[in-house]
Parts: sequence; C-alpha cells; structure tokens
Amino acid sequence: MNTPIEKNKNPRRDFLKILGLAVGAAGTVGGASLLNSCTNETGEPGEKVKLLTQDGKLVEVDAKSMTLASDVENEELLTEYQKRGREGIPGKKWVMVIDLARCQNARKCMAACNSAHELRPEMHHINVLEMQNSEDTAPYYMPKPCYHCDNPPCTKVCPVNATFKRKDGIVLIDNERCIGCRFCIAACPYSARMFNWFAPDLTEEQKQRTYDIELNVPQKKGTITKCLFSADRLRVGKLPYCVSACPNGVYYFGDKNEDSVTNGTSGETVRFSDLIRDNAGYTMHEEFGTKPQVFYLPAKDRRVPFEQAKKQTENNENA
Amino acid sequence: MAEIAVQEASEKKNLTAIFDDLISPLKRNPFANKLWIRFLILICVAGLFAYGYQLMTGLGATAMRDYSSWGLYISNFVFLIAVSLVGSLVSAILKLSGQTWATPLTRFSEIIAVAAVSFAGLSIIVDMGRPDRVLNILLHGRFSSPIVWDIIVVNTYLAISLILLYLPLIPDIAILRDRYTEAPKWQRKLYKTLSLGWTGHDEQYKLLHKAIRMMMIIIMPVAFAIHTVTSWLFGVNNRTGWDSTIFGPYFVAGAFMVGAAAVIVLMYILRRTQKLDNYITLFHFDKMGKLLVLTSLVYLYFNINEYLVPGYKMKSLDTGHLLELFSGDESPLFYGVQIFGMIIPIILLIFKPMRAPLPLFFISIAVVIGAWLKRYLIVIPTLLNPTFPIQNVPENFHHYFPTAVELTITAGLTAGTLLVITLFLRIFPIVPMWEVAHEEGYENIEKKATEK
Repeated sequence: MNTPIEKNKNPRRDFLKILGLAVGAAGTVGGASLLNSCTNETGEPGEKVKLLTQDGKLVEVDAKSMTLASDVENEELLTEYQKRGREGIPGKKWVMVIDLARCQNARKCMAACNSAHELRPEMHHINVLEMQNSEDTAPYYMPKPCYHCDNPPCTKVCPVNATFKRKDGIVLIDNERCIGCRFCIAACPYSARMFNWFAPDLTEEQKQRTYDIELNVPQKKGTITKCLFSADRLRVGKLPYCVSACPNGVYYFGDKNEDSVTNGTSGETVRFSDLIRDNAGYTMHEEFGTKPQVFYLPAKDRRVPFEQAKKQTENNENA
Repeated sequence: MAEIAVQEASEKKNLTAIFDDLISPLKRNPFANKLWIRFLILICVAGLFAYGYQLMTGLGATAMRDYSSWGLYISNFVFLIAVSLVGSLVSAILKLSGQTWATPLTRFSEIIAVAAVSFAGLSIIVDMGRPDRVLNILLHGRFSSPIVWDIIVVNTYLAISLILLYLPLIPDIAILRDRYTEAPKWQRKLYKTLSLGWTGHDEQYKLLHKAIRMMMIIIMPVAFAIHTVTSWLFGVNNRTGWDSTIFGPYFVAGAFMVGAAAVIVLMYILRRTQKLDNYITLFHFDKMGKLLVLTSLVYLYFNINEYLVPGYKMKSLDTGHLLELFSGDESPLFYGVQIFGMIIPIILLIFKPMRAPLPLFFISIAVVIGAWLKRYLIVIPTLLNPTFPIQNVPENFHHYFPTAVELTITAGLTAGTLLVITLFLRIFPIVPMWEVAHEEGYENIEKKATEK
C-alpha cells in the first residue's frame, strides 16, 4: 500500500513516479491544458481530500489524482465505442443507390441528417445539388452524401489514422484523434467533408455525452465531420437517417454481400445487381479511381419535372 | 573573372582590417537597430494575441471555410519552405561546383534557411484545428500520409541547416572569443562555449573542411526532398490545378528563384547597414543577378508548361479553374505575378546596369512579393473550383480573402523570421571571417591574432 501516511519512505521512487506522471501527462495531453479550455479538473493541485478505505482506514488523497466513478464509466464506454466503431459490422458491405428520377429536392434527407448529427445549418453531410451536365442536357437534382469509396483518397492522406475505412465499407472519422489539418478535405474530389470552424451549438448536457464514433456526436471544434452512412443506425438494424426520411422513394440502402437493397420510403427490397443493370446505374467520376459505393440511377422519366420541383422548393423556402 | 572583381580585389586586405571590419558591426548598436528590434517584437506580440483569439474562436476566425479549406497559412508555409531552399543553393550547390565567389554569401543563405524553415513549421501549427493534439502525429502517425513525410524531411533539413550554419561559424567564434573581448559577459561566455576550444590547428581545419563538405553533400537531396514533398501535399490530390506530375520540379525551380531574390535583398540591406562594401562587392551583385535570371527562366519555363498545356486542352474539370485565372476574378493577380514577378525582372536583369545593387534590390523585392502571391494562386483558386458546384452554403463559402486575424498572424510569423535573422546578426559576423582571410592568402590566422 502506498498511502500518503507512508510517504517520503523512498523519495527516489516518489520522484520517479512524479517524473513518470509528468512525462506521461505531457505525452497524452501535450499542452492541452494551455490550449484547451474544456479540461476536466477535479481540484487545485495540492488540495487534499479525506477518504475512508474499504478496510476502514482514513486516508488523505491528492484531489487532483482522484477520478469520478462516472468518468471511469464514460472512459470504458468510449473504449467500447471506439473498438466496435473501428471494426465495423461483421459480414456486411454497405451500399447506397440514389434514384435521380425520383428526387424532387424535398430536402427531408438533409434536415434529418443535420438534426441527427447536430450540425450547424450550413454544414451538409448530404447535400442536394442542382446539376446540369452540359448546356443541351436537362437539369436534375442530385443528393450527394459521402461515397464511402473503396479506394478512398481521404484516408490515405490522414497523418494520424483519424479517418479510416472499416471492413463493412464505411469510412469514418474519429474526432477524438483528428488534428484538424484538413488534408482530407483537399484530397476528397467530391467535397464530401466539412470542418467545425466554430464550436458546435450544443447544450451542456449534449457536450457531456460519451463520444460515439459511429454517430460522430458530440461534434468538436477544430475537427472534421462527414456522412457516416448512419453507422449507429445500421448497428441496430435500421436504415440511415436520410434514407428513412425521404418522402419520394429516392434512396435504396443495403448489403452488397447479400445483393439486396431496400427502398427507404416503400420498404420494398430488390436485388442490387438487377437494379443497377436494368436502370443503367453508375457512379460519379469513376476516372478518379476512387470506386464509390454510392450508385446513381439516371434522371430519366422523372416523376416531377425539374422546373416544377424547383418552383416547389422556392415556394417552400419563401413560406 | 570579370573586371570589376579584379579591380576591387586588386589591393590585398590587411588581416587586422578584415577582423575589424567584420567584428565592428557587432559592437555598434545604433538607435535604428534598437527600434527595428522593438518593432519586430511588437508585431510578434500582436501575432500572438491574434493567435490566442483564433484558438478561442476556432479556425472560423479566419476566412477559410469548407471549400477554401486551406488559405494564407498554407501559402505562407509553402513560401517559407521555398525561401529556405536557398541555403542549399548557395552554400552547397555553388560551393561544391567551385564557385568560390559565393563564399561571403554562405552565411547569409544559411541563416535565411534556418529562420525560414523554423517559421514554416510554426505556420503549420497555426493552421491546425487542434494544435493541442500535435503529438498524435508521433503517437498515431501513419506513413502513407505526405504530411508525415513532410514533417520528417522538414526537421531533417532544419537539423542539417543548423549544422551547416554552425560548422563554418566555429573558427569565427574562436576569433570573436580572442578578439572581441569587450563584449558583454554572457556573450563572451557564449563564444567560449560555442568555439569548442578551437585553436586553429591544421588537424582541426582538416576535420572541419571534411565535415562541411560532407554536410554540403547530404543537404542537397534533403533540400530537394523538402520542397518536392511539400509540392506533393497538393500534387497527390485529384484536384484541378494540382493534378500535375511536374509539381515537384516546378516547386523546386520556384524555390531557387525566390531564394536567390531573398539573399539579394538581405545582401543589399546588410551591405548598407554594416558597411560591407569591401566584402559584398558589385561583383557579387552582378553574379547573384545572373543567378536570379537563370532561376527565373527555369521557373518561367515550368509556368508555361503548367498553364499553357492544360489551357490548350481545356478539359471540362479544369475549365472553371483555368478561366478564373486567365479571364476571371483571379486574372489581375495571375497576370500581375507572371509579368511583374517574372517576365519584367528577367528582361531587366539581362542588362548589366540593372544588376547594380540598387536596381537589383528593387527587382528582387518584386520577385519575392510575386513569389509569395504565386503560392496563394496555387493554393486557393484550386480549392474554390471543386468537382461539384458549391451550393446551399452561405455567400462567404464561395470566396476567400484573409481576415485581420490571418493577416496579423502572418505579419507575426514574418516578423519572427526577421527577428531571428536580426538577433543572429547582433552576435555573429555575417561574412565568414576565416574563409575571407584564407582566400586572401593568410594562414594561421588564429596565431597572428593572438600575437597582435
């Protein structure tokens, strides 16, 4: 037992311990206390607290070396989240199909996503773009999530392995590790990534939650965020937030290994390979060699003409 | 050898005069110099305050947003790395190729290299969203990232540059230790420690020459690597304007150009303030002017390749970016940099009168400013022309113009770089005394010094 009553028995060992502690602290936080205002200090250094041990002894403990039981729990939960978050869901290979013929720019997907991931209004994990390939071709609306590429340029350039590709195909971000260099934003040719330029608008309660890498919540100032294929929903057997929110049947989502995808609006499940073959499905800018895992069905035989959809959007915005 | 050199070098310099000429600037501390140092410190402090504000607010304090996700800080980084390359150009490439005229300029270029590369590193820290996690690069570093390569080569280059600055200083420090006895106590102590007990023994010189030569050879691949890897931070990305195979040599060529110009600027200022007319001669300006023409021509050649060939093809993904440079918002800057930062300097410098100190000084300043704006043109327009259109974001996401915070921090970093150089000049002579003495034919300079 090394209670404070016995202290100074071995000053050299104490010194080594302090040294080890100091070096360790420097290694892990690296001046975080200086730079980071959200350190969780329990008390002033040197402040002592009296505690009763299990065998009935009264001991004095340095307040700074104490940890709250809830912090330990959070720590364990975080470790668990990080572990399963990096491994992925065994046996799966997630894939998304977006039917451009059905998109009317309702933007329910964007709203559902922003609220689930607690994003500031100008941030879009999924963005519905107004596209026109050339002057003579018809304009169309194109929802653009992260493509979860099989050859992702973003993960290659990350210097700290904060963004990575899981076995089930999802590209995730660890905002507990991200250093905010934004190389991945530069590397992504699809502009799928965004940065927390400011502190996110969160309540104190929201900030206190244990970080879930599969939801990337709570968001943190100075780190990257992007579409996660709603990895937290997939873990509990549900479809992604955007897929379930769409009123127009635009999204199919499923498992490439099972060759089946489910429409988020109708609940209809179809063969992925048939869907792509019969509708001339394609991926965006294959020439980059990124192998996107989000497929598009062409904007032909549209349910609602582009002009009408555009008018509807404008009316909704004005209302 | 040109006539000027013969004229100026015709009379042999007295050994004592050499030492007096080169040590006396250390003894003088004119009011202007004190004012200059205080001014630099003031700007550094302003930069620190701006950085503190940025830390509290987040990188949102800058004008960078999700599309223009890199900005002034990364441009500064590339610029400072470019400037630092001159250390290897003058003190290694020129010396190894037998260009002995460059001897008085080696220390100029090495101190510029050391100061610039140190502050290049700081520019990266300033650009980080989470500087408190910088150690993650050591803890979780992943070698596939060019950032990790960059950190390795930048630190290696800094280390070698420091050695290459220090080794040729040793005999000079010994001279200072013996001859500059009226220096303040701490300074005398510093000379005593840093001279490593140098006595000028033949064996010591033999070792010194061997070590310097070895470092000169080692620094060359590292120098090329540092700027090539920096160019790859852009070149490895699938982005219009960056998706190029010649980015490595293109950046290295640009770096030699701006480095030569930076040395000329410093040469001119120090020649005036330190009265070094007998050491930094018209011949040196003429030679450096020619070197600047050569490096500028090489860089111009790369620019023609880099813009003309994609401009000829006008691939759909490149069109937006290229038109913005050729005829859009960025075109005044683009043409300004090409014309005033490259073409006009090249034309002027072909004529000998333009290679005289004063005209050359102004031309070099134009080249340095042009090179800095050029880095900006490489970084930002590409980011603002992504593959997909920029939509559903606030107006300020479409543009980039640095905020007061960014400009203040940039000024702070620049002042810091200049402060390092200025303080170095307060303590050490800028022209290598022992090398000048040896070239004048004096041997055993240490003995003579003590005899006197």
